[in-house]
Amino acid sequence: MAGVPVTVRVQRDDFCLAAEVQALSSGRHDIGAIVTFSGLCRDEAGTLSALELEHYPGMAEAEITRICNEAIERFGLQAVTVIHRYGSILPGENIVLVVTASPHRQAAFDGANFIMDFLKTSAPFWKKEHTADGNARGWVSAKDEDDSARDRWSKD
Amino acid sequence: MASVDLVYFAWVRERIGKAEETLELPDNVVTAGDLLAHLKTLGEEYEAALEHENVIRVAINQEHVDHHEPIAGAREIALFPPMTGG
Repeated sequence: MAGVPVTVRVQRDDFCLAAEVQALSSGRHDIGAIVTFSGLCRDEAGTLSALELEHYPGMAEAEITRICNEAIERFGLQAVTVIHRYGSILPGENIVLVVTASPHRQAAFDGANFIMDFLKTSAPFWKKEHTADGNARGWVSAKDEDDSARDRWSKD
Repeated sequence: MASVDLVYFAWVRERIGKAEETLELPDNVVTAGDLLAHLKTLGEEYEAALEHENVIRVAINQEHVDHHEPIAGAREIALFPPMTGG
């Protein structure tokens, strides 16, 4: 596991998927598969003006790094990048990016999936919804499905 | 008495009405669960924030812990609701 590059950033600004893939794979000839996952701010009902994302500075980066290292060990990943935004995020904008690299595709797919399942349930971020009429709809509740998605990784 | 920095996030922060504070804890506060019970005696804002104790998550020095975990030696203890990032 030593030497596997892990890039974790928690930032207010948007990210560029292509630039992150380029940065992760540049100069390497051993990578056979790269999977990217992007999570976007969604507004199905047309009533959301923005999501406000609060985080625990320091622990957010530390927890995501712990999850990435577990994924590297479990799936034999060759490189991982995770970027999570905070602050005010508008519908259609990016929230989170996961990039995983491995020699063959399955590990990269599984690694990205694993990282997202654990990120959602154990990285210290909280979403608050603001509606188009200017009112706060309130804090988003944690979903049981997210716990189930995480727990399936401990079944065998 | 031990002094500890407490930090609060999301609706726990809003209900308590502050993001952080330093408190002297009595010696009988041994575990994270004891801390929650102690805070609830400090006023109705704490009672409102920590009413459903089982959903409150605790982190000691920026790592998740269970409520039965001892808090001895903690520099920073965070209390927050279940996480909703991603």
